[in-house]
Amino acid sequence: MRESKFWLEQRLDRRLLLAGGLAAAGGTIVAANGARGQSNHTGHGGAAPATAQEPPTHLAAHGAMITVGEVDDARNGFDPAKLLSDWDTGTVSQQPDGRTLRTFEITAEDKEIEIAPGIFFPAWTYNGRVPGPSLRATEGERLRIVFTNNGSHSHSMHFHGIHAARMDGVPGAGLIAPGEKFVYEFDAKPFGCHLYHCHALPLKRHIHKGMYGAFVIDPDPTLRPEHEAVARSRLLGTAENAGWQEFVMIMNAFDTNFDNENEVYAVNTVAHAYTKKPIRILKDKPVRIYLVNVVEFDPINSFHLHANFFDYYNQGTTLKPTLKTVDLITQCQAERGILEFHFRDHEPGLYMFHAHQSEFTELGWVGMFDVVEAVS
Amino acid sequence: MTELAHSSSAEPPRNPRWLNLLWFAVPLAVLGLAIAWLVSSDPLSGFRNGAPPVENLTFERTILGPEGIQILVRAGGSEPMTIAQVQVDDAYWQFKQEPAGAIARGDTAWISLAYPWVLGEAHAIRIITNTGMTFDHAIDVAVPTPTRATMSLTSQAILGAFVGILPVAIGLMFYSALRGGGRTGMDFLLSLTVGLLAFLLVDALAEALELSAQAAALFQGQTMVVLAAVASFLLLMAAGRRSGTPTGLALATFIALGIGLHNLGEGLAIGAAFASGAAGLGTFLVLGFTLHNITEGIGIAAPILKQRPPLWTFAALALLAGGPAVVGLWIGSLAYAPQWSALALAVGAGAILQVIVEVVVMQRRRQVDGTRTLLAPAAMAGLVAGVGFMYVTAMLVKI
Repeated sequence: MRESKFWLEQRLDRRLLLAGGLAAAGGTIVAANGARGQSNHTGHGGAAPATAQEPPTHLAAHGAMITVGEVDDARNGFDPAKLLSDWDTGTVSQQPDGRTLRTFEITAEDKEIEIAPGIFFPAWTYNGRVPGPSLRATEGERLRIVFTNNGSHSHSMHFHGIHAARMDGVPGAGLIAPGEKFVYEFDAKPFGCHLYHCHALPLKRHIHKGMYGAFVIDPDPTLRPEHEAVARSRLLGTAENAGWQEFVMIMNAFDTNFDNENEVYAVNTVAHAYTKKPIRILKDKPVRIYLVNVVEFDPINSFHLHANFFDYYNQGTTLKPTLKTVDLITQCQAERGILEFHFRDHEPGLYMFHAHQSEFTELGWVGMFDVVEAVS
Repeated sequence: MTELAHSSSAEPPRNPRWLNLLWFAVPLAVLGLAIAWLVSSDPLSGFRNGAPPVENLTFERTILGPEGIQILVRAGGSEPMTIAQVQVDDAYWQFKQEPAGAIARGDTAWISLAYPWVLGEAHAIRIITNTGMTFDHAIDVAVPTPTRATMSLTSQAILGAFVGILPVAIGLMFYSALRGGGRTGMDFLLSLTVGLLAFLLVDALAEALELSAQAAALFQGQTMVVLAAVASFLLLMAAGRRSGTPTGLALATFIALGIGLHNLGEGLAIGAAFASGAAGLGTFLVLGFTLHNITEGIGIAAPILKQRPPLWTFAALALLAGGPAVVGLWIGSLAYAPQWSALALAVGAGAILQVIVEVVVMQRRRQVDGTRTLLAPAAMAGLVAGVGFMYVTAMLVKI
């Protein structure tokens, strides 16, 4: 249709001459319409949301390109702001051989969650939240994960770690029917930033419905004498670790109309959550992000930090960065890593972070760090 | 049988008025009870299978202006629908809904987006409801929508005159030239009229059905088109035959009316197409429409060749047949919804069918041998010429 339109308009001038007065009158209409169209167009260049009051500073950066309204965190049962540093360390006991036994309780359940203001998604969850609990253990511990399936379908927990085939969470090895219970048991290794997810089939559906979470194993400083200080800073509970601001970010997305394409992208489920409520960062304290990508359907995701650079530890299994001084990393599904950076030399302000697939950004995967001076 | 008739006529059983009212009240009371039972005790709960409510959203109008994009949507879900978010070109944008809140079945709402659209380029709107369902609407070519403030009614009227009134007037001007033709010439002309009317009938029905498919499901577009066409056909047949079979000026008037109703629908569609940027308005296109519609004037002139009507009747006939194009353009570019264009075209199709019937009846009466009405060589030639001319000239304007 557009071709014919241009074809018709191209012929306009020649026909005008041929057809004399009749065409001239018609041409006047065309010209008048065209002129009006142009002036209208230039007029709307400054189209801006006609809001009565000025939007907050952190929203001004996005103009009108953002979701409308607020997600009810109380109804969801989880708050994206709290998910960032909400570690599940389980319960600790001593085994007869003196090793630490760490036990986690996980329950699968169906739950409708609000993934963007007003958009409800029939999720399958671990412990009623998406992403599932961020499990954290220390290298060498014995882990026991008591998994109960209260959902409507068969589910499992497949850990990215080192374990026996019987504990793999695939059909025949820990994939359990609704109402059943299974105990996964293995050693916490290797240290790093890992993840777990449901491995029931069809895999795509079980992952994008919300069955995934972070699984972080801290290095044991006594086993890493050559990098003891670094290892101690990674180990939750040490004074060195308390000097860091640690966040877990799961890059996820939701296919709300089940056409195998995502409608909503985010970190930690809720679109634009950290745009509307920026993450407060103390300028003098270094930042460590445990970043995991679980986005389904799209082959790749990424993390880009504005106005700053970071060191990256791919999969977190090393104590020396695998990439130094970058401001963008890409991850395929289930790829993950640790980002370390600081704002010591920056002036306070709002620093954006987002996927550098503009499409993901514009569909919700974007946030802000609100860098502030240390409060005394 | 006869006895029964006899007894009933002798002593008609006349119920008292209150009893008649009671017989009205009983079925209504049963209906009321059924509804009350359905609502209160929910006997159909077994059919509820956990499926979410059916959702349907139709995009009826799109307005592009200095403020951004405005779209009119009509809800057609089994329950009121809630619009949660709106994407433009795969990005979430702030929007305002008027009226706010859930949209009841059959109701409409305006969605306003402060989106910096780009002249001449395409944009995609996607509405996401609270259940995560999506409804897509494509803006094929973004051009500013004429508004009451920006649109000059005069220029629209000039355009309407070019595509509607002028060609009919030109066709009517052949009147004197056509009077010279003999009996064969008359056969040819009347069949030419039937041919062009047949083309318009097919064209109007096809277009009405196509437009009705874009309308919200609750309008039952295809049924509406067929019923409207049949109704207008029957109404006009009845009106036309009140004082015998229409001939002469009366028949010419009916032909003009049928063509006028068709032009109203055409005008609506053209106005909407230009307003939405679906068609660029070139002089070539305007000339195509003019040429296409000249035959309509000849068709109107055919039944009155043997009379000498006063000059003003020609002007009136031209206005009746062509004027609605102007009105259609005005309405179509300002307030357009596919169901109204479909309705206008369907009514036009019914009117055209009526005049086809009447012209054929007239031809039959003129023939000594009625069976040869449309089969005489001159008549066949006229039929082919009418359809052929319309088809070929339509190639200039179909986009």
